[in-house]
Amino acid sequence: MPLEPVVQLLSTFLDLPFRDGYVWSIIYVSLYVSVIAVTLSTLFSIPVAIVMGFTDFAGKQFVKSIINTGMGFPSVVVGLVVLFAVSNQGPLGPLELIFTKEAMIMSQFVLATPPITAISLAAITGVDENVRDAAHVLGGTRLDVALVVLKEARYGIATAILAGFGRAISEVGSVLIVGGNITSADGISKTRTLTTAIQLEARQGRYETAMVLGVVLVALVLLVNAVVVRLGDREVRP
Amino acid sequence: MSIHRRTLIATIGAGAVGSVAGCSQFGSGSNQADGDGSDGSDGGNGGQSDSEDAQQPGVAGETLTLTTTTSTYDTGLLDAIHPDFEEMYGVTVDAVAQGTGAALETARNGDSDIVMVHARGLEDEFMRNGYGINRRDLMFNDFVIVGPEDDPAGIQGMGSATEALTAIADAEAAFVSRGDNSGTHTKELNLWEAAGTEPGGDWYQEIGAGMGEALNNANQQGAYTLSDRGTFISQRSEIDLVILVQGPIEDGPEILANPYGVMAVNPGVHGNANYDLAMAYIGWITSPGAQEAIADYQMNGEQLFFPEAVSENPDFQQYVPQGWSSDSSDS
Repeated sequence: MPLEPVVQLLSTFLDLPFRDGYVWSIIYVSLYVSVIAVTLSTLFSIPVAIVMGFTDFAGKQFVKSIINTGMGFPSVVVGLVVLFAVSNQGPLGPLELIFTKEAMIMSQFVLATPPITAISLAAITGVDENVRDAAHVLGGTRLDVALVVLKEARYGIATAILAGFGRAISEVGSVLIVGGNITSADGISKTRTLTTAIQLEARQGRYETAMVLGVVLVALVLLVNAVVVRLGDREVRP
Repeated sequence: MSIHRRTLIATIGAGAVGSVAGCSQFGSGSNQADGDGSDGSDGGNGGQSDSEDAQQPGVAGETLTLTTTTSTYDTGLLDAIHPDFEEMYGVTVDAVAQGTGAALETARNGDSDIVMVHARGLEDEFMRNGYGINRRDLMFNDFVIVGPEDDPAGIQGMGSATEALTAIADAEAAFVSRGDNSGTHTKELNLWEAAGTEPGGDWYQEIGAGMGEALNNANQQGAYTLSDRGTFISQRSEIDLVILVQGPIEDGPEILANPYGVMAVNPGVHGNANYDLAMAYIGWITSPGAQEAIADYQMNGEQLFFPEAVSENPDFQQYVPQGWSSDSSDS
């Protein structure tokens, strides 16, 4: 009976043992943190990818391999590093960022930046040489050429942003450490995300509700992907 | 009516000054310079229009960061009792559930204002190092050794926890250890030591996880584990493990007692710790009202925690590291 687990899952979903607003508030915190982190990462990564894609400099391969290594950073390690930075004893201690959304944004920024940079860079360097030449021949300035290349590479860049978003919203190690997985006593999330909520449910052995929250997370990522792809398609129209 | 309006305007003015100053403590100073109407204790929370709110304590709007152990949080106790405190002072309590070791470490780094944990040895070390002050005994329950119903090591009903562990070790029956430096893990290690047995081998598994996960893990492989009674009760309906040896709540050995303590982070070490509010919290949670709320908190029809802060007898040992005495040279 392959349908049985699905039915079971659905019935738990309709009857979640959570208080009003709990699930919505953790969805809100998840999106708030990850969207801001990925936006900042994108603003940082794309210019870096453009500069690296259009210029040659000594040590470029080295920088590239550092970025590629960054894609494999364990999120727990990133969490620890950010914790040391924002802890009261750390260099950013006076800002009192520990256990806040801002600290979570910092760690997700660190996690999302390498994949966004690396994949964007691959997309930009992957644009056919002929396209650049044509743009040059037609009298384009450096900026024009860059814009043409960016337009050609937009799918790759969209993929890069989505990969970064996927990394950010699905990671649990660092937001748990720097965010603290806090809700207020009335069950409204302060720094609890979907992933840390799943971790909490699993810790208490409530695997079904953990699973349901997992489904919510996947649905959310799917939704964001659909929206981004849709936006990307719209831009194609002349 | 005109008096009301003056109060309103003064409060709004004070609130504006307070929020510009950006800090409630400074806000209350400028508040008084404003003169009449509000009593100057309103601070950054100003802007509320009725005069009753102008009487709110100066801590209103602040946040208390409490690091605690998973057993107080996962059982739902804190969420059940905190609204009372939050309402009383107009503050927010951010409860961060970690293991006892991690909770104390976070406080050591100055990242929390108050700790509520259950490993006296670690608490004492925390106090001796100067990080924690004003410790109070808060409540207790006990530890239980749980295991599969068929009980391969035959420990059911044993009066001694150490004998039970020795029996498990002799039988090489599977035993799940938290392995996470939590209060329960610390207790488990102390028990092994008291039993004079060095656990090891395939049957002894350190899983490095919280109590709920440890119970699930033990449940799935039919292993024994040590649990605090609260977490076990809150999870009992989902697992097949049964209590085999229990602590003092059911007349078991005293060694399985599980006392919780609460203490403030020393503002002399960490100047940013919210000491005022931490002390307000300690005052509140050790008050008869909150202690009663702890006693009334039930899950699956069973009481999880037994308050012990309100007592006729002066228990001086709760304020100092265990065994400390002013006569000894130890400080």
